[in-house]
Amino acid sequence: MSSISSPANPNETLLKQHAAREKWVLLGLSAPALILVLIVMVLPVGWLFYLSFIGSEGTVSMENYARMLESKSYGRIFVTTFKVSVLTTAICIAIGYPLAYFLSQLPSRAANICMLAVLLPFWTSLLVRTYAWLVLLQRKGLINTWGIEAGLWSEPIALVHNLTGTLIGMVHIMLPFLVLPLYSSMKAIDPDYLKAASNLGAKPSQSFWQVFFPLSLPGLFAGSLIVFVLCLGFFVTPAVLGGGKIIMVSNQITNNIELFFNWGAASALGVVLLVVTLVILYVASKLLPLDNVMGGGH
Amino acid sequence: MNWLKQPASDTQVTHGQRLWLYVLAAIIMFLLVVPTLLVIPMSFSASQYLEFPPREWSLRWYETYFGSIAWMDATWTSLKAGLLTTLLATPLGTMAAYGLYVSQHKWSRLVFIFLITPIMIPVILIAIGAFYVYVQIKMVNSLAGLVVAHTILALPLVLIVVSSAFRSYDMNQEMAARSLGASRLTAFMAITLPQIRFSVITAALLSFLTSFDEVIVALFVSGGDNSTLTRNMFNALRDQIDPTIAAISTIMIAISSALLVAAQVFGKSRD
Repeated sequence: MSSISSPANPNETLLKQHAAREKWVLLGLSAPALILVLIVMVLPVGWLFYLSFIGSEGTVSMENYARMLESKSYGRIFVTTFKVSVLTTAICIAIGYPLAYFLSQLPSRAANICMLAVLLPFWTSLLVRTYAWLVLLQRKGLINTWGIEAGLWSEPIALVHNLTGTLIGMVHIMLPFLVLPLYSSMKAIDPDYLKAASNLGAKPSQSFWQVFFPLSLPGLFAGSLIVFVLCLGFFVTPAVLGGGKIIMVSNQITNNIELFFNWGAASALGVVLLVVTLVILYVASKLLPLDNVMGGGH
Repeated sequence: MNWLKQPASDTQVTHGQRLWLYVLAAIIMFLLVVPTLLVIPMSFSASQYLEFPPREWSLRWYETYFGSIAWMDATWTSLKAGLLTTLLATPLGTMAAYGLYVSQHKWSRLVFIFLITPIMIPVILIAIGAFYVYVQIKMVNSLAGLVVAHTILALPLVLIVVSSAFRSYDMNQEMAARSLGASRLTAFMAITLPQIRFSVITAALLSFLTSFDEVIVALFVSGGDNSTLTRNMFNALRDQIDPTIAAISTIMIAISSALLVAAQVFGKSRD
């Protein structure tokens, strides 16, 4: 438009103003959502941030943070959180990659049916799934009963209220978060590349490792990132399947509030958890567009 | 066994060579689905201990559930919270998605990322943050407080699902309607919304589930007369393995499956 009319054209100035105003009005449609998130998330989290710098005397102090560095029990909580998150992510990759690969190779009708196996747990309440594992894994549960009847082991083994149970439950809950973005990135790989590779003499394993696998890495990275970040803030599964032995950061925050009414300590832990999460997401967004990461599963 | 020798893909790998992959995938899919579903037959067991297969069948745990005022109240609270969250999050999220997409404003991307932060940051922070603020303004244990907190957890999902629908929708159709004299609202309602309705329905179902299944926020900000089902279940789980929970779990699995089927049927365009 600007190429045909002279810049002095009053119509053009008006149109531009009008377009700019309309852009703001349209952006304004997001205002209600924005205000809600500001009031219900930003304001309270900001408040926690402030509380984390208030000591037991009611004055500004760093004692809540100092305690984390000094106390051995806090160190253990961070180690547990990190260990559980890394292990869950690693197991999810080991199990989820073959599954996503399998799904991506199926004809679309079969893939849609098999996809239900991933979607059904995704839609089922996390609490229900955690409960199901508790029932199956307990001392007198199904796994122990069958294992003993089949003569695989003679005494009930401790499968729950420990790290094993927590990991089983968390992997089960997290797997769809890895498989869905990974699957969609695998589907986006042009099959002609693989045809070309085998045409040029690559063995099936070569064309997989040298062509397919590298192309699937962005999806794998996105999925692993989602899993790892979600694991860091996990609460329900460690609380139920960890039986008080697996204390992750979120569990400790709850303990600080419910048992000790210590808002300063809880807030400081929350701030650390938040900062770590945001740093990971920020670094990841530099490597990969963030809205792709979060939208990858849909 | 001819099938095993047939090529499975363009790389000339045969089904036989891929057999391990099929077996592995079958085991993983089995482990994803079956353990949860085992709760269903167990919930019909007559015994105090959850057995599989049950030696004697009964509906006693369902009777306990439906006969308990506390469980019934909690179920109503969860259903109300889910419905209100859906009614709040779906229009707000759709509006925001529309505004951010159509305006192509230089801030659109930033606002989008901001609006999806509630699902990126640990829920425990939102839970204790809301709890702290609600204590000050005496909104703890209120349905309104719970719904508002659940709404910000559901908003990101609505935004993501509906935004992706806009990306594959041709906005020129709305332009055409407007050039024929329709207002923006009329054009949206008559032309755009019917075409993106599948995504909006999916977003609404996800909003409902987000609220209905949510545990952590409910643990902190719901309580008393407004305890949610998940809150009561979680507290019961920590103490003992009550078979009533198996009955409730079965009902919750039925609800989730119904919503998943609804999403598959209504949430996808038939093209």
